[in-house]
Amino acid sequence: MSDTEPVVDPEEVRHVADLARIDLDDDEVDRFTEQFADILEYFETLDEVPEVDIDEELANVMRPDEVRDSLSQAEALENAPESEDGYFKGPNVS
Amino acid sequence: MSTEYNGYITTERIDGADDGPLAGRTVAVKDNISTEGVRTTCGSAMLDDYVPPYDATVVERITAAGGTIPGKTNMDEFGMGTTTETSAFGSTENPVAEGHVPGGSSGGSAAVVTAGDADMALGTDTGGSVRAPAAFCGVVGIKPTYGLVSRYGVVAYGNSLEQVGPIAPTVKEAAELLEVIAGPDPSDATTRDAREARSASDSRAGDARETSEERSEDAYDYAAAADGDIDGLDIGIPMELLDGADERVTEVFWDAIDDLEARGATYHDVDLECLRYAVEAYYVTAMSEASSNLARFDGVRYGQSGGYDGNWNETFARAREEGFGEEVKSRVLLGTYALSAGYQDKYYKKAQDARAWIKRDINDALEGADVLASPTMPVPPMELGESLEDPLTMYLADANTTPANLANLPAISVPAGETDGGLPVGLQFMGPAFGERAIIRAGSALA
Repeated sequence: MSDTEPVVDPEEVRHVADLARIDLDDDEVDRFTEQFADILEYFETLDEVPEVDIDEELANVMRPDEVRDSLSQAEALENAPESEDGYFKGPNVS
Repeated sequence: MSTEYNGYITTERIDGADDGPLAGRTVAVKDNISTEGVRTTCGSAMLDDYVPPYDATVVERITAAGGTIPGKTNMDEFGMGTTTETSAFGSTENPVAEGHVPGGSSGGSAAVVTAGDADMALGTDTGGSVRAPAAFCGVVGIKPTYGLVSRYGVVAYGNSLEQVGPIAPTVKEAAELLEVIAGPDPSDATTRDAREARSASDSRAGDARETSEERSEDAYDYAAAADGDIDGLDIGIPMELLDGADERVTEVFWDAIDDLEARGATYHDVDLECLRYAVEAYYVTAMSEASSNLARFDGVRYGQSGGYDGNWNETFARAREEGFGEEVKSRVLLGTYALSAGYQDKYYKKAQDARAWIKRDINDALEGADVLASPTMPVPPMELGESLEDPLTMYLADANTTPANLANLPAISVPAGETDGGLPVGLQFMGPAFGERAIIRAGSALA
């Protein structure tokens, strides 16, 4: 067993939600705290898995760097809730 | 066209070419596969009004082959579910088992095929999402070998696991649709040429197979393999996939195996201890990949923005609270947790060890058998509403389907019969990499 035994409490759920950039309401925090404890306990069985040599058949797939047709700027912006002067418009960064 | 069982999210028609192998036939498309000019929601409020500016490669291939797309089918939100109940557009009812789920996540696709509202359909399968609904709706579904079918234009959930696959009333029709969508695509670097892949694996096995019917140049002739000829077929049965299964399901399964035996097949038990860890390995891997893949939904380039002002991160978090349903939030959070500092070795790395183990041992088992057989689902279709409150129970229903995704192998679900209560039961065959012909031939003996 590792020294990072999972502790699932509402604070931890809020912390992970913050990392994932998803706000949760209080009810969701309560439900997730309960469910995550069960699910993470179930994932604990992975501790029994032996180490296996991974023999990946991976190969780089290369192609020439050539200009090809792509979406126009207008098409790329079609689904943006807001745009301005050909750019996506988002909220302030700071 | 509308369906009272809620199979379609959108019923805008996309006409295919006049001629081709699919001319005159309709192919419904799961709503996480991009269709130019026709909204593609992924079953999520986040993408309620998202209209892709381009077609997925599989959509281009279907319309070029003469297929007409009658609409976009209902699904669990972003593919995250086994029952089609996590859709933001309401659940789909199983057309052949009133009051029950159609399976998921491609539940709409299987439902419209079994109801006769489309001749065939496309689903996507990350951990069983084509095979589960095929089994629950009494139709055929194929999860191709990873890399056989292009994922270009498919909205990613767990991209190291998922493939687009056909759903149809018979194995032959599913094979015909697979012939149309299979093949390398320059826009998806994970696709491979099945001919090259087959001849590479044959030469590794020291088996030239020159005179055999499995010559590599026939690698894409799927419909021709649906000849029902299983004389001499050697079936391996991993007992781990029967141990936890419902008796109503195993009864139907063994009856089907008896039937295959009577027609010239033989079977033997295989022991695959690694399969006991498939569900955990699958969920840790898929959730981790999902936490990264779904980071793109920020309400700026596409998706629901909520219209908030202020700090970028806070705005982003509020838009995602509104746009995502509970199961999606849960999986993104658990994936974020599994990849976070201190837990990555414990969860993500161990899941990759389990995946390598599963891959190795299934491939070894397939050296001693033509195909591996099991029930597709360990349970008959659940009642609507039964599984939503307890996600862990729903995850366990994926025990028999997730191994093929983890091992990158092809698998087919074919109708095996019904329980005494009239609920459909599916039988799954898993085969060697790019050995779709083997599972199609085996499956065609049943449907």
